[in-house]
Amino acid sequence: MNYWPLLGIAVVVAGFALRLNPMLVVVTAGFASGFAAGLGLPELLALIGKAFISARAPLLIVLTLPVIGLLEHAGLREHAQRWIARMAYMSLSLLLICYMGLRQALGALGLTSIGGPAQTVRPLIAPMAEAAARKTQPDLANAQRERIRALAAATDNVGLFFGEDIFIAFGAVLLIQGFYASNGIVLEPLSIALWAIPTALAAFLIHAIRIVVFQYGLKRPETGP
Amino acid sequence: MIQLHHVWWLAAAVLAAATFFDLRARRWGNALFWGILAAVFAGGDAILVQDAAGNHLPTQLVGVAVVVMALLAGTGGVQRAAPGPDETARREASAQRLGHRLFVPALMIPAVTTVLFLLAPFLVVGAWRLLPAENATVPALALGCCVALLVALYTTRSRPQQALAESSRLLDQLSWAIVLPMLLAALGRVFEHTGVGAAVASLIEMTIPTDSKLACTLAYGLGMIVFTMIMGNAFAAFPVMTAGIGLPLLIRQHGGDPAVIGALGMLTGYCGTLLTPMAANFNIVPAVLLELKDSYGVIRAQAVTAALLACVNILLMYLLAFR
Repeated sequence: MNYWPLLGIAVVVAGFALRLNPMLVVVTAGFASGFAAGLGLPELLALIGKAFISARAPLLIVLTLPVIGLLEHAGLREHAQRWIARMAYMSLSLLLICYMGLRQALGALGLTSIGGPAQTVRPLIAPMAEAAARKTQPDLANAQRERIRALAAATDNVGLFFGEDIFIAFGAVLLIQGFYASNGIVLEPLSIALWAIPTALAAFLIHAIRIVVFQYGLKRPETGP
Repeated sequence: MIQLHHVWWLAAAVLAAATFFDLRARRWGNALFWGILAAVFAGGDAILVQDAAGNHLPTQLVGVAVVVMALLAGTGGVQRAAPGPDETARREASAQRLGHRLFVPALMIPAVTTVLFLLAPFLVVGAWRLLPAENATVPALALGCCVALLVALYTTRSRPQQALAESSRLLDQLSWAIVLPMLLAALGRVFEHTGVGAAVASLIEMTIPTDSKLACTLAYGLGMIVFTMIMGNAFAAFPVMTAGIGLPLLIRQHGGDPAVIGALGMLTGYCGTLLTPMAANFNIVPAVLLELKDSYGVIRAQAVTAALLACVNILLMYLLAFR
């Protein structure tokens, strides 16, 4: 067994630790593994080229960009913000749990780019979460405000990650299908996407309980100096 | 009938539009980057046919193109688009006028895709089928996007050029980051081909009793988490870990259900994504955007959820895969 191709993994770890450009790191790692496995440059270039062409599926997101771009231009974000801001009576936990549920549901429909740290969390969810927390805890410490904002971003990630896998045309589902197809196992995307549902429910429950616990934790006086 | 290669051509057209707009704005690096990608998408199937026929020159040229793209991204040759003039007031007015109608085209992409996919077996006239019998999802998605675009153009009373200008604007904002998942998937295949998966699997085989279903499931789940944390992306970890442990041990040796193992393996990897600074776009960028002092604040906020959910996932995999 030749263990030298594991060098590629070392390149990835080192490259990311040094904050180099991920595109460069990934290509370098590919070359490191290839040369370590004893491939020549022409073979390796052909291997990378063929692998790149075969991995076109994740970039199908570009097909949605004309629609999304046009709607953004016409004020989709402004409208969504106003619409959600009208529900200002919500508590912190209700707000974040509703957002997570909405994010999961939209992700399951393939609408993943509707939310995100730049699109929804910073302008919308984080300030709303702070305002909602102030209703029960008017004098929030700075450290508490930071933790509320961090929780808003975490909720966005959890909602996104454990919703999008249910969408049959999502990259992960197509990647799983493509991997099995190249190994002689033929599956329909729907049969893979269905098995993401139990995890989606578990993620919702676990994170919702954590949000409620967090809200009660805010009421306790901060201990220590 | 709509074939997969029509879908790649459609994607190539969107990328070619970005090339055109960047050429016009004299952003040469961006234009070259999108131009290369458009060519790979448009010519991809023909290149694969040549490769299968024994002519490896076109695939080698794609390999060179990938290196050029990485160098362009790594040396700052691909610029993120500068924000245009402030259009908030105009967008506010437009939002006021159009209201909830703005949601309709956005919702049509998933709705049309799902309906077409479910109806695919019935959209047949004699020997003619609208969608191919195998792999109907991707052509259905492409048709869904086209229908949604027509509705969006009608709703917003815009011209088609406007839609391509907007998609080019978004592409320049997302920049090379949009290609990273594709490149990581390719790296996974290179790792697979050069025996990285086999090396990892043999290291694991030395340490786990392979005749125990539970030990194999645990090794696969924990392996997905650790490898995802290293790579910063579950997409890259999935082919390596599944080729190393999932396929030979869980599926072939123990007869596990591949759909369950694939879906839950990927989702267990996602728990690793929640825990690693390598997944910068999910964990570090939001911390910067939200002006947190602790750049690992987002990871800290989601760590407990990730750990508990990973346990649930591994348990679910064990219970559901070997029904």
